[in-house]
Amino acid sequence: MRAFVSVALAVAWRGIHNAFTNPSILVPSLLFPLFFFTAFAGGLSRISDVPGFDYPAGYTAFQFVFVFLQSAAFGGIFNGFAIARDFESGFARRLLLAAPRRTGIIAGYGLVALVRWAATASVVFVVALISGMEVLGSPDELVALVLLGLLVNVAAVLWACGIAMRFRTLQAGPLMQVPVFLTLFLAPVYVPLELLTGWIHAVASVNPATFLLEAGRGLFAGEPTEVGMAFAVALGAVALFTLWALRGLRSAESAG
Amino acid sequence: MSRSPLLLQVGHLARRSVLRTLRQPVNVVPSFVFPLILLAVNVGGLRSAARIPGFPADSYLDFALAFTFMQGALFATTNAGTDLARDIQTGFLDRLALTPMRRAALLVGQLAGVVALALVQATLYLAVGLIAGVRPESGILGIFLIVFLGVLIALGFGAVGAFLALRTGSGEAIQALFPLFFVFLFLSSMNLPRNLIEIEWFRTVATINPVSYLIEGIRSLIITGWDAQALLLGFGIAGGITVVALAAASVALKGRLARS
Repeated sequence: MRAFVSVALAVAWRGIHNAFTNPSILVPSLLFPLFFFTAFAGGLSRISDVPGFDYPAGYTAFQFVFVFLQSAAFGGIFNGFAIARDFESGFARRLLLAAPRRTGIIAGYGLVALVRWAATASVVFVVALISGMEVLGSPDELVALVLLGLLVNVAAVLWACGIAMRFRTLQAGPLMQVPVFLTLFLAPVYVPLELLTGWIHAVASVNPATFLLEAGRGLFAGEPTEVGMAFAVALGAVALFTLWALRGLRSAESAG
Repeated sequence: MSRSPLLLQVGHLARRSVLRTLRQPVNVVPSFVFPLILLAVNVGGLRSAARIPGFPADSYLDFALAFTFMQGALFATTNAGTDLARDIQTGFLDRLALTPMRRAALLVGQLAGVVALALVQATLYLAVGLIAGVRPESGILGIFLIVFLGVLIALGFGAVGAFLALRTGSGEAIQALFPLFFVFLFLSSMNLPRNLIEIEWFRTVATINPVSYLIEGIRSLIITGWDAQALLLGFGIAGGITVVALAAASVALKGRLARS
């Protein structure tokens, strides 16, 4: 256990140091969510005038929850890029040789993703508050929303880690991003599920990301809904992608 | 009658540029697929926006189709820039500098690939729109004009990409600028008409942002018909971007060749 923790902390420290001292890594992961928040909450606020739109906290909060969960997912994906880069530079192979408990490597990368996302989410939250966002959820409900975000972040980094360890190149970046991007954008991003019609309503109704979004928005507005289902989806994703990442680690080990 | 050396040079480089573009499916396919996926997602998600009082179209698809052309043009920027940066990084440009090749031929030839790709993209986007039920108010002539404006915008953006490649000489730098261009797209009237943007600062940014007028030029042909002001602004800005970017790229090329 001590070996696992020491490997995880060493990998985490290096990753956090790299992320926060290298503007080319830090700035995009901070700017992307802010940019999406600005474009959606600012440019589309009239959507709240659509008949049937009745989110009590308003359109800014409605979009904040999407950006909050999206930043959690992409925070994990951005960390997948860092893992792939470590393989390309040869660092990850040396790490595999040196680490007494290699599963600690995955945990370390996971910790980096959590710290990076904590910074991003804080910035987005402050900007949203400055822009006049209403927070109707109670402290307990907000904590539950943060926990949901943490689980999404962990699931995403495990997914990206599995890809990075299998392909061991940055060229696998689109493989990490595109499925997550599509899953998120095929959920009710702009309007609630009940206002979607046609094929996108059918897809969104079975999309697991819809449960996360609906629950997140409910918690933020103080009207919890589908919370149990959302946590079940998030925990299920973490469990599934833990296996995926561990199999990826085995693949990297056997590739040498 | 023999062809002028300039035309001959442009022809050779244009052929190379077009072939290179077509031979890179990894670069070409996303420029067709990604804008259409985003169109499907946006139209699906924002269909109800057409019910906002004062919305200028009956269908959100009619309104949103113009944006796919802009996204295609964005891909043109990165493709043109990345290809030229690769020529710089591999030393092709240096070797070319040893020949009597003229600067104009190099730039025009390089951008031929962008124009070819943009032509196919614009035709595809329009065909998908027509199949999905879009009926441009400007009729058959308007359809040709939509394709022409789409290609002109891609040429202008491609010239911007070429300029950046000549300034930086790095494909990675061009790729890193992609998100910045995306910001310009999103902070425009792409999702809602400017008069329906509620947040004042956003409406001001969208009004200053030239991308709004490029989108509105194409959009006017689809949802309005023949709107002289929108077309003049659209063509004027697309032409202006093309001329300025080509001039800047020409100066940057001169500087780079002088250093090599």
